[in-house]
Amino acid sequence: MRPVILFNQVNKWYGEYQALTDLSAEIKSGEVVVVCGPSGSGKSTLIRTVNRLEPIEEGQILFDGIDIHGTSTRLNQLRTRIGFVFQNFNLFPHVSVLENIMMSPVKVLGVKRQEARQHAGELLERVGLSHKANAYPAQLSGGQQQRVAIARALAMKPPVMLFDEPTSALDPEMVGEVLNVMRGLAREGMTMMCVTHEMNFAREVADTIWFMDQGKILEKSTPENFFTRPQHARAQKFLSDLHHN
Amino acid sequence: MLEMFTILHDNGMLFLMGQYPQGPLGGILCTLLISVLAVLFALPVGVLLGLARLSPFRWLSWPAACWVYGLRGIPLLMVVFWTYFCVPLLIGHNISGFSTMLCTLVIYESAYIAEIVRGGIQALPGGQYEAARALGMSYFKTLRLIILPQALYNTLPSLVSQLVSIIKDSTLGYVINVPELTFAANQVNNQLLTKPFQVFAIVAIGYYLICFSLTWLANKLEARITRKRQNRVPEADNVAQAMLLTKTQSQ
Repeated sequence: MRPVILFNQVNKWYGEYQALTDLSAEIKSGEVVVVCGPSGSGKSTLIRTVNRLEPIEEGQILFDGIDIHGTSTRLNQLRTRIGFVFQNFNLFPHVSVLENIMMSPVKVLGVKRQEARQHAGELLERVGLSHKANAYPAQLSGGQQQRVAIARALAMKPPVMLFDEPTSALDPEMVGEVLNVMRGLAREGMTMMCVTHEMNFAREVADTIWFMDQGKILEKSTPENFFTRPQHARAQKFLSDLHHN
Repeated sequence: MLEMFTILHDNGMLFLMGQYPQGPLGGILCTLLISVLAVLFALPVGVLLGLARLSPFRWLSWPAACWVYGLRGIPLLMVVFWTYFCVPLLIGHNISGFSTMLCTLVIYESAYIAEIVRGGIQALPGGQYEAARALGMSYFKTLRLIILPQALYNTLPSLVSQLVSIIKDSTLGYVINVPELTFAANQVNNQLLTKPFQVFAIVAIGYYLICFSLTWLANKLEARITRKRQNRVPEADNVAQAMLLTKTQSQ
């Protein structure tokens, strides 16, 4: 089966600093990949290259066979098929929760408002926030905002969802509600790529774990293998540091 | 004070509309017309200029920067003279004082508006732009739906100040014979000769009323947007009621 996302010899620099080095990997349809690793290892950079929020200098990233960084790629159309959830939620503060979710289906895909409103209502129900439809983002807690952000990404009905540290900006007691929504998505067979520090979530939900350091994927394995028998010395150190905290 | 009413009574039509309909439209109506037109044109031009300043393309950002830096460094009166004397030489025929003044105001004030808008856009978190683009919105949709509604709302106080100053700057049309309020007042003053204080007090009050009505309108608009963006949810009502309750209890 053709992979949904394929990284092929990707190199990226920030000036002199090489952020990604000869990185090759693939994500299959329905697979949940969790990317972990120490700070500054290039996890966020990697996930942001998938919908071209960050450019790459060398190599290829294919989404469903389309070269994302190709010059003739219709980027806006491509992005409607890749859901992206940010660390800082980035909800639009000047419109209501419902409008946040409806806006891109209506304005980008041309869905009728009536239809978009109904779908948005269903999504809100799914993330447990039906009662907040008319609230504004500033009136929600961090966890609620992130759940709305997930609903907003889902409103485009993307086949793939990317999560860039979705729980890192949350108070500890709100992490669970966001992870629960993500668990539900994974169970329904959504193809997901998550950068996260939530190791319990990774262990439970991931099909594959990528361990990154210094712009390279050092280890790709199942959660069971990764947490019980890490192969790479850096991964062993990372995990033992986790346990000591 | 009484003299001011007498002056107004005798010269009301001159203050209101100049020589119209015998001559060109003047007085307060001319000031209003030139101000409204200048505001209507300067605002979009200023927004476009501000966007151009932020453009990653040099061929767009450099001319915009020159426009802003150049005009900000020259007094408005110099620009007025320049347009008045040089444009007819360039295009080969005369243009009316009114159009000259209008164009000058738009060109000059848009430079200031551009900087206000640029500041407003740059103050927004970068994540807003990224989130909109990640949802598949084009650059222009992102601007129209996400960036400008926030940036313009946040900069409303500075923008209103600038628009008010457009109205006041239209006074300079006086020096190139635009028959606006100041010009009309000067005509009246030349007829009466002995009552400059009263005449120009009338002018000052006239300008104040025009400018204040714009401020008032802008405040209304701001309050309306704020209400819409904050208080429309049912929870807000509960909070208001709860506060009311504590107030009555403390009394």
